[in-house]
Amino acid sequence: MAPQVHIKGSIRRHLITMLLIGAALLAVLLYFVVQSVARQIAQESQDNILAASATAILDNAAVIDGEIMIDLPYSAFSMLGDVSDERVYYAIRLNDEFLSGYEDLTPIRSNGRSPRTFGSMDFRGEEIRTASLQRPIFLGAKSGTLDVTVAQTMDGQRKKLARFSLMSLMIGFSFFLLTALLAAVAARSATRPMHRLAASVSRRGPGDLRPVEAPVPAEMAPLVSSLNSFMQRLKHSLAESEEFIAEAAHRVRTPLAVVRTRAETTLRRVEKPENRQTVREMIRAIDESSRSAGQLLDHAMVTFRADHLEPKDIDLPALVIDLVESLKPLSELRDVELKVGALEPSQIAGDGILIQNAVRNVIDNAIKYCGQEGRVDVSVLRQGEHVQLVVEDNGPGFPDDPEQNLLKRYARGENVAGIVGSGLGLTIVDQVVRAHGGTLDYSNKTGGGACVTLSFPSC
Amino acid sequence: MRHLILSLLLSLVLVPVAKGFEIEEQSRFGPGETTNVLRVLSTADLAFIRPMLLPFLSKYPDVAVEYTVASSSEVMKAVFDESQSYDLVISSAMDLQTKLANDGLALSYTSQATQSLPDWANWGDQIFAFTQEPAAMVLSNKAFEGLELPRTRQELLSVLRQYPELFDGKVGTYDVRQSGLGYLFATQDARTSETYWRLSEVMGLLNVRLYTSSATMIDAVVTGELAIAYNVLGSYAMNRADKTAFTIVLPSDFTTVMLRTALIPVTAKRTDLAGRFIDHLIERTNEAGPSLLQLGSADDQVDENSLRRIRLGPGLLVYLDKFKNRSFVNEWESAILQE
Repeated sequence: MAPQVHIKGSIRRHLITMLLIGAALLAVLLYFVVQSVARQIAQESQDNILAASATAILDNAAVIDGEIMIDLPYSAFSMLGDVSDERVYYAIRLNDEFLSGYEDLTPIRSNGRSPRTFGSMDFRGEEIRTASLQRPIFLGAKSGTLDVTVAQTMDGQRKKLARFSLMSLMIGFSFFLLTALLAAVAARSATRPMHRLAASVSRRGPGDLRPVEAPVPAEMAPLVSSLNSFMQRLKHSLAESEEFIAEAAHRVRTPLAVVRTRAETTLRRVEKPENRQTVREMIRAIDESSRSAGQLLDHAMVTFRADHLEPKDIDLPALVIDLVESLKPLSELRDVELKVGALEPSQIAGDGILIQNAVRNVIDNAIKYCGQEGRVDVSVLRQGEHVQLVVEDNGPGFPDDPEQNLLKRYARGENVAGIVGSGLGLTIVDQVVRAHGGTLDYSNKTGGGACVTLSFPSC
Repeated sequence: MRHLILSLLLSLVLVPVAKGFEIEEQSRFGPGETTNVLRVLSTADLAFIRPMLLPFLSKYPDVAVEYTVASSSEVMKAVFDESQSYDLVISSAMDLQTKLANDGLALSYTSQATQSLPDWANWGDQIFAFTQEPAAMVLSNKAFEGLELPRTRQELLSVLRQYPELFDGKVGTYDVRQSGLGYLFATQDARTSETYWRLSEVMGLLNVRLYTSSATMIDAVVTGELAIAYNVLGSYAMNRADKTAFTIVLPSDFTTVMLRTALIPVTAKRTDLAGRFIDHLIERTNEAGPSLLQLGSADDQVDENSLRRIRLGPGLLVYLDKFKNRSFVNEWESAILQE
């Protein structure tokens, strides 16, 4: 069970929130910008048409016989009425003396010298936009300035702006929606490498402590590099502890061999039957201890070799024959009949020492657990692309409890309490088989007895 | 003169408060005992308005209409200068109506009927057109015996030039200085085509006679006093009983069309009744035939392409400008009076 992870916040949610806030701000900004641009454009176009109207009037002013004559062109006002039914006001003045139009419409005076001035004001209770244009005019001896002011109400303008306002609202809103969508997509794609890394790490086998090599985004480099260095250290300390165990086992085994030799010598000299029995038991205990130490050593060796696998072609039947030959004395010691069954010719790619070790462990286990006058059969079979090594016995078999995983280190079946064992045997076998891309299956035969099958890909 | 006396009498009888503007006729229609009185100030005479007024009265039996007729300039004076209170102003002077609305003296009104109007018949929801009345040439059939009737201004020009002895002193048209409608027609003619000035000069050479109303011009054609009346309200000529004496020609080069319009002045007290009457005018116009909004069935000469509807809108203000008016009248005088 993995320890609980404490969660505070979510990068994706945070990212989406930030993006949404940004999008909302931008949408509001867009709304105001579009509206102000529209207002400006509408204002400019109204100003332009007012100026055009005033210009048309100015252009038609002439002095005839010392008197000013202004032939207002029809278009001067009709162009103002073209767009909408706005009201039109105008005033014509010569040197501030009112000539024609609406007397209460006063021109806007600019402080600059621009001949065109625009402005908004209240006129007869309505907001109007005015354009004032000036032109010097010569009346006989004296000269003057002719001032034409044309003004228009802004009803249509307002309606148009209201429409623009609605439009910019819609633009802002759709911008927001679009950005929200993009934010969701962006947040998802931004966190995807993290999910990918997590998945690849959790997919790994328990012993897989290789550094992560798949390329990751720059932001994740510190995480991955510390993960890698963490795994490096873990691997290092694992290796150290394995080494320590091997060293310890080795150191125990050598003195045990010496003790055993001494015990055997003693056995030959001792004559009293009860003493002989004690020494024999001593020897047996020493044997078990030495076997356990050997298995510990094997385990360390397997771990090391499996990590640095250099596969070579192995003739499995030959390996089985050799092993059975070398285990014959042990089986005879226990009154177990060890036999070689069918041996179909087959080759696998792998580390000979590891394979040998695994097979030995399986046969050794079978001999150990099948009891007095048992039978152990070893056979090699070809199954399509796979080579199977099957070890069967007629012993009590594996415990029925499916929950118990005998492949775990130091796990032992419930029904073997009387037999000395380290619980490492099947663990070693499993490790070796998996290092070679194979599988380990153990089951009970109908009618009693255990059956262990090692499958390897054939080469 | 008869009119003047009558109107004076009427004004004395009906309106105790002396009015500054001059009234031509005044009548009251509908029930006497009612508080629902719609007061209409109009340039259209009773004969013209009666066919439209009577259905309104029968539709709303509790409404009485006080109908006052005045010339367009007097109507303007009443509303613009004197702020007299009327509920509805009906006028053929489109320019003056436009000025009233433009200067903020008209109220906005919207209804289903006003919204059904075409764009050109509604200005700013304040001025509503309910008739289309073309400016026509009325030609005396007797005078043109044996001559081909002119269909365009150009043809009229060549007829006048060809037979000056026939038409000397027998051509009549509006005095633009006296008649608002005449001024409106003349300015629109001048705006549309230069032919107008040539025609004016030729008419001037032929000692043109000037009138202030269409009716008197048509009368003169009927009596043989005139052979040609130019820019006469076609609607007046069409509705006459003595139509056989003359031929109405809508010039096919272009026909100026005047829109008779109604507006509710800001001084109106019964805007509800005024709105109802506007709706009635528009609806009646939409179903009724000749001389109303659907121009056409009265005269087969009407060609939609040659119609020049006078456009409601600020363009009309141009001709009300002091300078413009002076220069136009000057030009007109020099063309037509030949002094």
